[in-house]
Amino acid sequence: MNVLKLLGIVSMVFYLGFSGTPVPVTEGYDIGDVATDFSLINIDGNKVSLSDFMEAKGFLLIFTCNTCPYAVKYEDRIIALDKKYKSKGVPVIAINPNNPDKQPGDSFAKMKSRAAAKGFTFPYLLDEGQKVYPEYGATRTPHVYLLEKTPEGNIVRYIGAIDDNYQNESLVKEKFVENAVDAMLAGNDIGVTKTRAIGCRIKV
Amino acid sequence: MKYLLLSVGFLLIFTACGNKAKEDKTAEVVDTAYTQPVETTADQVKFPVYDFEGLQPLLNQEDGKTYIINFWATWCKPCLEEMPYFEEVNAERKSEGVEVILVSLDMRSMWKTRLEPYVEKKQLKSKVVILDDPDQNAWIPKIDANWDGAIPATVIYNQNNRKFYGHGFTLDELNEAVDVFVN
Repeated sequence: MNVLKLLGIVSMVFYLGFSGTPVPVTEGYDIGDVATDFSLINIDGNKVSLSDFMEAKGFLLIFTCNTCPYAVKYEDRIIALDKKYKSKGVPVIAINPNNPDKQPGDSFAKMKSRAAAKGFTFPYLLDEGQKVYPEYGATRTPHVYLLEKTPEGNIVRYIGAIDDNYQNESLVKEKFVENAVDAMLAGNDIGVTKTRAIGCRIKV
Repeated sequence: MKYLLLSVGFLLIFTACGNKAKEDKTAEVVDTAYTQPVETTADQVKFPVYDFEGLQPLLNQEDGKTYIINFWATWCKPCLEEMPYFEEVNAERKSEGVEVILVSLDMRSMWKTRLEPYVEKKQLKSKVVILDDPDQNAWIPKIDANWDGAIPATVIYNQNNRKFYGHGFTLDELNEAVDVFVN
């Protein structure tokens, strides 16, 4: 009983200690966490969930939008990722996390026209009410989460950028996302599991 | 040619949206981003252009002054919202040894078309430099271990103290943050 009490006090002290300092980016998922499923509206008007993809081995969940110049720079590369990995069981699911009231260029109507203009081959979902991106811990666009489907759920395997050169695809030295998906599909350890990139802070 | 087609496509979209599209500045911003693919080189732009290594001395000056290093871009709306506060602190607190350095992360295609016009129009007095280093995963953690790369973001430092702020500021918040360094 005393030990339990002591434990309680110790954990209380820890809790207070940690909650007293601001926690900048440690919220949301880390590598190995089980990612939540969702039901979000797609640009075709239908709701989409991860559980809809019975055959999938995993997902490239990409928080992206119309208006962020970095997201725009990566549009063609996101389409290419979907083309390359959908047939291997890892489709791209794009989610626009921005509040369209704050960023009118990311409205549902504008999402539709952008997807049509670029010929998106993947679902482009609106995080209506902005409930999903905070659970994942996404902070910017574009922000990639690679998930692996397992009997225990969809496990987060990679978080971060698509590659190491937003400016010029031909100068890319490391294709972070492709390396991660290839390793995951081959059953190997993913070398680089977390990367960072400049991006537009998600508009709340 | 690809870009011409894109611009024509956008013109059609914007025409279809009518007046609403005209009010929508964000969409226009994106339009500029891909209809102007011509990239500026460093010698054509007014501001110093650094890679991360070149920027580093500005992040580590030990001359008794307090430096506010603000990472921003003209396409970042919340960055522009807080810009007047950095300008005010730079002007009002100069006598306390406070200096603002605005590190622009604008892309090359935007240096001439957006960054220079913005700095001119707003008559920015703070020092503006450009950080042009695409290998962001390599340098972001060197600015701060907790920085995820989203902007706005700011570092305040002097020879005794250094702090990273992964968020925007109000004028009061910025002054309070600076107080810790100068008092």
